[in-house]
Amino acid sequence: MRNITKAFPGILANDNISFDLRKGEVHALLGENGAGKTTLMNILFGIYKPDGGEILIEGDRVSISSPHNALKRGIGMVQQHFTVVPSFTVAENVVLGLKDMGFFVNTKSVESSIKNLGESYGLPVNPKARVWTLSVGEKQRIEILKLLYTGAKVIILDEPTAVLTPQETEVLFRAIRKLVSEGSSVIFISHKLDEVLQISDRVTVLRGGRFVGTEERSSIDRRSLVRMMVGRDVLLDFEKSTKEPGTTVLEVEDLTVKNDKNLEAVKSLSLNIRSGEILGIAGVAGNGQRELAEAIYGLRKPVHGTIRLNSKTLRHTDVAQRIRAGVAFVPQDRRALATCPSLSITENMFMKNAHTKYIPQSPFNVDFRAMQKATERLVSEYSISTPSTKTQARFLSGGNLQKLVLARELSTKPTVIIAEHPTRGLDVGAMEFVYKSLLAHKDRGAAILLLAGELYEIFRLSDRVAVMYEGQIMGYTPPDPKYTEEIGFMMAGSKQEEIA
Amino acid sequence: MKLRIEKRLAVPRYSSILVPILSVAAALLLMGIILLIFFYGRLGTLSLAFKETFEAYKEMLTWPFANRYGIFSTLMRMVPLAFVGLGLSFAYRMKIWNIGGEGQLYMGALAATWGALYLFKDVTSPVLMILLISVLGAAAGGIWALIPALMKAFAKTDEIVVTLMLNYVAIFWVDYLVYGPWKDPKGYGFPGTAPFPQQARFPTLFGGEFHIGFFLAVVLAFILFYVYRRTRWGMNSRIVGDNAQAARYSGISIIKYTIIALVVSGAIAGLGGAVQMMGVQHRLQHGFSPGYGYTAIIVAWLAKLNPIAILLVAFLFGGLLVGNDQLQMFYKLPMALISVFQGLVLFSLLGGEAIAKYRLRVSREEAVTNE
Repeated sequence: MRNITKAFPGILANDNISFDLRKGEVHALLGENGAGKTTLMNILFGIYKPDGGEILIEGDRVSISSPHNALKRGIGMVQQHFTVVPSFTVAENVVLGLKDMGFFVNTKSVESSIKNLGESYGLPVNPKARVWTLSVGEKQRIEILKLLYTGAKVIILDEPTAVLTPQETEVLFRAIRKLVSEGSSVIFISHKLDEVLQISDRVTVLRGGRFVGTEERSSIDRRSLVRMMVGRDVLLDFEKSTKEPGTTVLEVEDLTVKNDKNLEAVKSLSLNIRSGEILGIAGVAGNGQRELAEAIYGLRKPVHGTIRLNSKTLRHTDVAQRIRAGVAFVPQDRRALATCPSLSITENMFMKNAHTKYIPQSPFNVDFRAMQKATERLVSEYSISTPSTKTQARFLSGGNLQKLVLARELSTKPTVIIAEHPTRGLDVGAMEFVYKSLLAHKDRGAAILLLAGELYEIFRLSDRVAVMYEGQIMGYTPPDPKYTEEIGFMMAGSKQEEIA
Repeated sequence: MKLRIEKRLAVPRYSSILVPILSVAAALLLMGIILLIFFYGRLGTLSLAFKETFEAYKEMLTWPFANRYGIFSTLMRMVPLAFVGLGLSFAYRMKIWNIGGEGQLYMGALAATWGALYLFKDVTSPVLMILLISVLGAAAGGIWALIPALMKAFAKTDEIVVTLMLNYVAIFWVDYLVYGPWKDPKGYGFPGTAPFPQQARFPTLFGGEFHIGFFLAVVLAFILFYVYRRTRWGMNSRIVGDNAQAARYSGISIIKYTIIALVVSGAIAGLGGAVQMMGVQHRLQHGFSPGYGYTAIIVAWLAKLNPIAILLVAFLFGGLLVGNDQLQMFYKLPMALISVFQGLVLFSLLGGEAIAKYRLRVSREEAVTNE
């Protein structure tokens, strides 16, 4: 890819970027949020058309007009959000969308070749299984097998490890190595330094839509990669304060919550968090973390259980009461839940102002000028990059949107913060910022519930780690990497007593 | 070279003005073709039909705005359109699709008649009478909209279907009353109630061609403009309209907002019905509204739910109705053709908005073969 340029309204997503991929290598694409990694790969996969530049395959200039066209050329991509049909079997999902399949599908032969493919790459799946019964890791395997089945020689993985357990990540990495050893090439999009260093042969770093550099793995270390990504040194490993936590602020007792499928996602769970304490909840996504967070925040109605804030029982499904009491919620799905895409940054920033009274005002005379001013201040304080405070929220990149949510939730000095994957999809610079903010609020005395998939994040921030599996807490450990294995077992469903 | 239609990332600003203008122009053009065929059938030669179509258009577009009588007629036609349009905008801003403006207008008119002829018949002060009837009319429209509101808020029924069906119920209620118990014994068998007493009629201006309901509509539009712009309700309803999930997350009660939005929406339409009774009709009649409640949907949309713009668009549509009356009277066009024209306007408007989301791109660079 040479001199690729792509502009979106108000933003130059890719500015003259060049990228090359050799046969049989793992090439990592690393960069901050909104650096243009996904855009660049979407161009290669035919989802976007570049405004400028050219793409060459084995020396020939090509035009990739659609994902179908890309697949024909042997380029496949696994998106962050999987595109599988839950009610279909694995085999059906694999043949889905193959135009040259013909009208009748020979399921038997497809099934056996999927089985063989899966076994040879160490990605075992049962081709007859219905997809909804599978774990996230297995769904991802299907996506990869789908590409292998169509004969893809270049495989683009967009943040593949975000949803995986440490064990599943290992399996994926073994498969990637096998693929590469057979002459395929893999582009690995990530913002996790450790993984990039572990798996890749070369690393290309993007920053703010621009090309920073391509380096051989052997000639680069962690520190210099971080510097390339953010343009300065970042301290991710900073000290936690050792202040003793205060009195219990949030108590959850015997809470049972159902999920959207009407199954019990949280089962008789109890926990408590003290003032100035961060309780980290580790666990594979989909084990009731979201339902737990939503029930505490009042968005989801529990089957039974009690939630107390400073010994006062909260009414179920009363969000307004919680906001007034100082409960802040940074949900995982900020686009769908925490922001209004067509409203301005200012309006998004003050969505909750009626309850938080961050800017006190009469309901009959909303002072937009004061909100505007406060938003300008928060935008610079949280370094949200946007053309103006009147810009619609949907034009913000994922990272900037997250900063917007954080600015709104944290600026009111909440007593309880529920943070669900607060750094998912964020770059190192923004992550550092989130960590610092959360720790600052902890020092201020906030009780923080941190639900995160990343263990290092939990270790770095938490005072205690709880492991959640199928709606229950399997056990607690101190926040120390030496408990990783124990946590991994608990994440897979073993009770703490069984391990010890 | 290759033509390609692709989705725009952002719809340009000028399209909000250009789309309505082009849509109405397109509708006029399509209507012209229909008129041409119609006149050709009547007159026999194409040249005469052309001339007649042109004349008819001239009449339709100039008469409502070009003379004293025309302008007052237009303003009077505008008032019910503006009331219902303003009412609908209140719900539409929250993406609650109240199609029941017509029924709420009828119920408002029905309640106003009840008040004027029966409930308040001993009230002699015109100010008090008008006030009481207005409140009664608004209450009736609001209660009529409360039915779909409760159903939507608590049973998640689709408000579009319920409000639409309730239109027929309201119209039949009025029919029952004007053909039955409320029928004017001195009305020579005509389906209508007795006339309103003098104190239940709006004061008129300019020799009786104009009533103060117009000023009420203007004041209401400015109040709503302020409500949408500067109040917490206005801001929260934008949140509910844009992302109901985010509204719940912000501690906004969707149930409360749904109910209030529909009830206020219906109350404004109901007030429009009462105003129409006190200002123009002075008695409840079978089919007194030529579909104001439906035309107001187009009005609200064309105005992008902006109250001030609703006044302007209602004025233009009022003119259109008056022009249509002229056509009907002097060119003997059937009423159905008028409905066709309104349908064409809405059709090209919706089509225009959809098209504005796309752009045509000419790509010269297709030198590379696809295999």
